[in-house]
Amino acid sequence: MSDIKQQVRGFIASNFIISDLDKLADGASLLEHRILDSTGFIELVSFLEETFKVQIQDDEMVPENLDSLDNIEAYINRKRAG
Amino acid sequence: MTNHFHADALRLDCAHEAQRIAGWMLQAVGTTLRRRGVIIAMSGGVDSSVCAALAVQAFGRERVQGLLLPDRESSSSSGSLGAKVADQLGIAHRTESIAAALEGLGCYRWRDEAIREVVPAYGEGWKSKIVIAAAANSGLSYFKLVVQSPAGELQEKRLPAKQYLQIVAATNYKQRMRKAIEYFHADRLGYAVIGTPNRLEYDQGFFVKGGDGLADIKPIAHLFKTQVYQLAHHFGLPAEVCNARPTTDTYSLAQGQDEFYFGLPYDKMDIALWCHNHEVPVAEFAAAVSLSEPAATRVYQDIASKRATTAYLHSSALLVEPVPQLSKLVSPPPALPPTS
Repeated sequence: MSDIKQQVRGFIASNFIISDLDKLADGASLLEHRILDSTGFIELVSFLEETFKVQIQDDEMVPENLDSLDNIEAYINRKRAG
Repeated sequence: MTNHFHADALRLDCAHEAQRIAGWMLQAVGTTLRRRGVIIAMSGGVDSSVCAALAVQAFGRERVQGLLLPDRESSSSSGSLGAKVADQLGIAHRTESIAAALEGLGCYRWRDEAIREVVPAYGEGWKSKIVIAAAANSGLSYFKLVVQSPAGELQEKRLPAKQYLQIVAATNYKQRMRKAIEYFHADRLGYAVIGTPNRLEYDQGFFVKGGDGLADIKPIAHLFKTQVYQLAHHFGLPAEVCNARPTTDTYSLAQGQDEFYFGLPYDKMDIALWCHNHEVPVAEFAAAVSLSEPAATRVYQDIASKRATTAYLHSSALLVEPVPQLSKLVSPPPALPPTS
């Protein structure tokens, strides 16, 4: 598993009580599986900004960038490349 | 079978509905809860004003105690409007400011500390509020802090989670302190406390647990906001009440409920919730409220999401096992059938 996904899983595991996080597929929606609610999502954004030293713009806060481990990894990689 | 939204879907037979609710309130308070009257905190808003009018119809004005509970940041009109409604209904009312209690609890200090972490210049004479935001074509929402300097200059900043939660937690003191005062008077008088959420607030979890969410009866939790306005007209409440835009009365800058929570004006939110509940196809809902289909789809998703994420607010303390001897002692009285 990629370093980014591993770190995000670690963030979720250490911040929330999720009993079967290891069963969550990398492509699964974090909102639909009730891993993150709206506040959890804001916490995720703060975590990503601090950990990966990126500035997440308001218009980038969309499911296509943030709502699964796969999407987060691709988005962070795009931000770093850009 | 496909359900359709129609213009009369939210129309009430107000006289019948008022009688139905008042009859239920009398049963609930007198027979089930064994209280001898009701406490109603009156903000001057349409929900608490209609609840007060229903209480007068149910119990008579001498068994209704109104409370006006301003904070130092309440709009000046809310107190005078609450008093005007109480006077019109002929119910006793008293005013108790929650400002000193909030000061003592550190409500303002905790809130302002979090705001200064985002806007360091924020201080005396500044005003603030939180607004909900969402990127275009997104089902994800987040919150922005809006501050206004004493000179009138507005600034807007996205709130990180820590500061957002601290501001909300601090301002929740306001609803919880009001409720503490309501229960003081309820205990003193042997009364029950009325909670005033309408259906939008109740269903979508727009209340503070242990604050405005705490009550002995909630007589309009089944009514859409537009239906509450219909009852306000039916009771002949003051025009300022019947025509007021819903506000939170929680932040120092003027703030509509749609800015903070619902994302749509209340009349459209009513239609959205009705259509969602009746499984109206999204295209038809979109047409009814003049939204694009993608936008209407996001509204549907947001309704389901808010309902799910606020479910815990409705939950009583969870028990390892039920204590069945108690449940049959306090169960709600049956309501008469609805009008439609």
